Amino acid sequence: MGFDVMDRREFIRSTAIFIAGASVPAAALEVMSAKELFAARPDIHWVFLVDTTKCVGCGFCVKACKLENGIPYDANVTRTWVERYVLTKDGKVRADTPKGARDGFITKQIDENAEGMKDIKDEDIDKAFFVPKLCNQCDNPPCVQVCPVGATYKTADGVVLVDRTWCIGCGYCIMGCPYGVRFFHPVEHVADKCTFCYHRITKGRKTACVEACPFGARDIGNIKDPNDPVAKVIMTQRVGVLKDEYGTKPQAFYIGLSKEVR
Amino acid sequence: MKNHVWRPLFVVLGVAALILAARMFYVPKDFGVHDQGYMYGFHRLGNEQDWKDQKPEYRFEPEYCSGCHPDKAEELSTSPHAIIPCEDCHGPAKGHPEDPPKLPIDRSREQCMRCHAYLPYAQSGRSNIRGIDPAEHNPGTECVICHDPHHSNAVETPHPQPPLP
Repeated sequence: MGFDVMDRREFIRSTAIFIAGASVPAAALEVMSAKELFAARPDIHWVFLVDTTKCVGCGFCVKACKLENGIPYDANVTRTWVERYVLTKDGKVRADTPKGARDGFITKQIDENAEGMKDIKDEDIDKAFFVPKLCNQCDNPPCVQVCPVGATYKTADGVVLVDRTWCIGCGYCIMGCPYGVRFFHPVEHVADKCTFCYHRITKGRKTACVEACPFGARDIGNIKDPNDPVAKVIMTQRVGVLKDEYGTKPQAFYIGLSKEVR
Repeated sequence: MKNHVWRPLFVVLGVAALILAARMFYVPKDFGVHDQGYMYGFHRLGNEQDWKDQKPEYRFEPEYCSGCHPDKAEELSTSPHAIIPCEDCHGPAKGHPEDPPKLPIDRSREQCMRCHAYLPYAQSGRSNIRGIDPAEHNPGTECVICHDPHHSNAVETPHPQPPLP
């Protein structure tokens, strides 16, 4: 009889082998070790350093960024901005960033959005300071994971970029960024974000915001170079990152970060 | 089995083949998984070069400015304003002096107020800068009428005109 060609045991065995084989994704068959990934650009990994104690809230960085990168000057979008935090004696934390601080902070009044401009007496202030913000160029960028078309990606030297010819403008990345650094470019009609001035840093220059800052509150450097001044500070001093608990591994480090900063 | 059962399958296979063929032409050759792996490195490699090719607007090279304006650089060198890059007030140099031949200078009161509007923020660098109350100190007047931003001590510049009302 033809039925004894395959008995039950044989059937189960071959089925198990087939299922095991079929469940291996094609991706798993390509060998790509972590070492190999790091070896791509072992010499450069860009990191940013912000010294919040030096920032005076002049907003020259925001102005320079907008003009350098062709971000519509009067549209309410910006790749970098400066936040003002004012902590009062009644325990309240107020923060604002009028026009992203493009024109700096020139009044004591704090923008409370729907509640209008709030006057705060000098003697009521406990603590007040400025915090510059920009893309953290995360090592685990959630904005890249959510892109359905491969328009945004991380370069070998650690910068997250957007391919304007490939972006479909779905906005997932804008929603996905926990730091709110992405926005929809009103002219290009694609997602836009800080590029660490990729066109400048790859030519041996610093970003526009770093060079525009008169007070040295911002700097960019290569964490892989032990002699880099920025790398030295990050390795040897007390620096913090924003929203560490999200596990995004942000690459913008802050000196003098206060717990009220979100 | 009858032909009408298989026919939809042929249609599906045909559509799939068409999509794959179109994809071959539409997707650039350098699109794929690059340095950062499947999760973060899935992109068109040529875009990295596109970003590198962007033209810088700002020069931020002090020597470039002082090469033609040594008098201004000299004047500014003794001022606390020497830390401010030229282009923060004079605008992006781009290809100056060819393009543009003239740079727009921001002489506005708001430009000065970026740093010199007094804010009582002891924990910030603002507290190290001499500031005024914009509502009290000659409101509506441009600061540069009395203060020379290049002067070594802009505060003490003698008034070129009679004091303002």
